[in-house]
Amino acid sequence: MANSELGVGGLKYDPSRRTWPPEINVLMALVLIVAAFEILGRLLMGESFLFNTREGVPGLFNEQRLQIIILQVSIVGIIAIGVTQVIISGGIDLSSGSVVGATAMIAMSFAQVAMVNGNPNPKAVFPEQGWLDLPVFIPVLVGIGCGVIAGLINGSLIAYTRIPPFIATLGMMVAARGLSRWWSKGTPISFPTESYTAIGKGMMPVLIFIALAILFQLILTYTKYGKHCYAIGSNEEAARTTGIKVEHHKVLVYVIAGILASVAAIVLSSRNLTAQAGMGVMYELDAIAMAVIGGVSLSGGRGSIVGTVLGALIFGVIISGFTFLKLDAYYQEMVKGVIIVGAVVLDQWRQRRRSMRG
Amino acid sequence: MSSSAEIILKTEGLTKHYGGVHALEGANFELRKGEHVAIMGDNGAGKSTFVRQITGVEVPTRGKIVFDGREVNFTSPLDAREAGIEAVFQNLALADDLDVPSNLFLGREKIKFNLGPFSILDRKAMREATRKALEKTAVKIPNLSNTIRHMSGGQRQCVAIARTATFTSKLIIMDEPTAALGVAETAQVENIIRTIKQNGEPLILISHNMRQVFDLVDRIVVFRRGRVAANLKKSETTGEEVVAYITGAKTDPGLDNAA
Repeated sequence: MANSELGVGGLKYDPSRRTWPPEINVLMALVLIVAAFEILGRLLMGESFLFNTREGVPGLFNEQRLQIIILQVSIVGIIAIGVTQVIISGGIDLSSGSVVGATAMIAMSFAQVAMVNGNPNPKAVFPEQGWLDLPVFIPVLVGIGCGVIAGLINGSLIAYTRIPPFIATLGMMVAARGLSRWWSKGTPISFPTESYTAIGKGMMPVLIFIALAILFQLILTYTKYGKHCYAIGSNEEAARTTGIKVEHHKVLVYVIAGILASVAAIVLSSRNLTAQAGMGVMYELDAIAMAVIGGVSLSGGRGSIVGTVLGALIFGVIISGFTFLKLDAYYQEMVKGVIIVGAVVLDQWRQRRRSMRG
Repeated sequence: MSSSAEIILKTEGLTKHYGGVHALEGANFELRKGEHVAIMGDNGAGKSTFVRQITGVEVPTRGKIVFDGREVNFTSPLDAREAGIEAVFQNLALADDLDVPSNLFLGREKIKFNLGPFSILDRKAMREATRKALEKTAVKIPNLSNTIRHMSGGQRQCVAIARTATFTSKLIIMDEPTAALGVAETAQVENIIRTIKQNGEPLILISHNMRQVFDLVDRIVVFRRGRVAANLKKSETTGEEVVAYITGAKTDPGLDNAA
């Protein structure tokens, strides 16, 4: 009873030992990685990674590289936003990459033009029905509908049959990939309308990513939905006892993850001007990696969209940095694997240290 | 006993079977307004099972629960809460990664702007109410925005108890609130219980601590092997007698549990 004079629970509060938000650590890691590439670049390539060194081009930074980095990560980043809220609420979603594939195929087949260079569209999926030259909202709504259905199936399986999220979404991963192959019997679907291609043009994917990131950061911080995500991920039994409708909430979480995967699919197929059955392979793992690198705990209850966005940037910087250093693509894959495992190890270590401190 | 208008909670033949296990068998129980009752009994005697039935965590196999003058059939803890029963469970039902106000209002957050599931939280009001609730219970928490994870057992217990004090309730139930606490922390929880008594709010206390029970409550109900074994006024019994009922050395022929 060293501090009994303070009363029970009246322990002195030492603000200097206040833990700063984990996002700061992620930001520092990002800065360090950029600095490492900057130094390596100057040493090995005689070139700057971050700054503009070209004669006659205005601007402090190498804007082209920065644009490529953020463009590269923004489409998977959109998926990672959905995955983040799934992981925070104690689940996992392995199906998002396949949902991207299936959604891209299905949405694209409602976004095709009737005539290509004066001839009827040779790739048209629904020529007899005349579903060509449709207004842009139809493929977008169809695409989002695909995401909703995938999410409803995932969420209902997890919430009501109580099978582990890993298994339910693994099943969806395989099934949705099958659907995307079956849809056009493997042939790519192309020739979208101009209004559909506008969705993913230029820096549009980045804008959509940033807008969604801000929206979901606000939702997770300021709404009942967000609070319940953290509560369920932190202690599902407590959430149930206090009257949170855990099952409803879980279904909603997976539906939102499905919607975000389908948004990514629409942006991706629009940007590529075509949809293929193999689209989005491994995206689910990249998205999970972004979240985990960004400090989202795989055991649930902790993390934020801000962290995931920073995690996505780290991801992009590393890939772009490897290209910049002219290293083989094979190395990229291997290093990506190391980073994913490293981030999880770091998370485990953080948790152990936390529980030791009590 | 007394007129039924005074009775806040009454169970008749409350029974719960888990498969072949008869965890609770025909429990008849009465609690009057303002009364504090202790439920005692050995491990597995049916105490916690009894609490789980009247708080809506589980649905009883058989039997009747009358709360505040009408028969109730709770199907979820939220039903019981909305009816006015607040419970502190043995596992506390706290979310470690949330701060104190979020835990206090878990499942019934104050809303600033209603958008269904995406309703905007009124964080300021919840913080303010939390501060008031903690003052009412004399609980000191250094920093409300800290997550529960970093707090001591006593502080966590106090947060769980403050949760019951935040909402106007007709009945408070505490399941072994001091089981994991130190001496000073136990004293503080007991003080909170005395405050509840002064406010005239009825309470059911589950406890193994004989000293505590004799200090705090008006009446002691002993459970044994899923049945109510004794119903004793504190002023008319002794610790030895209670222990005898708990261990089964003594039985009450007046209590008909065959129902």
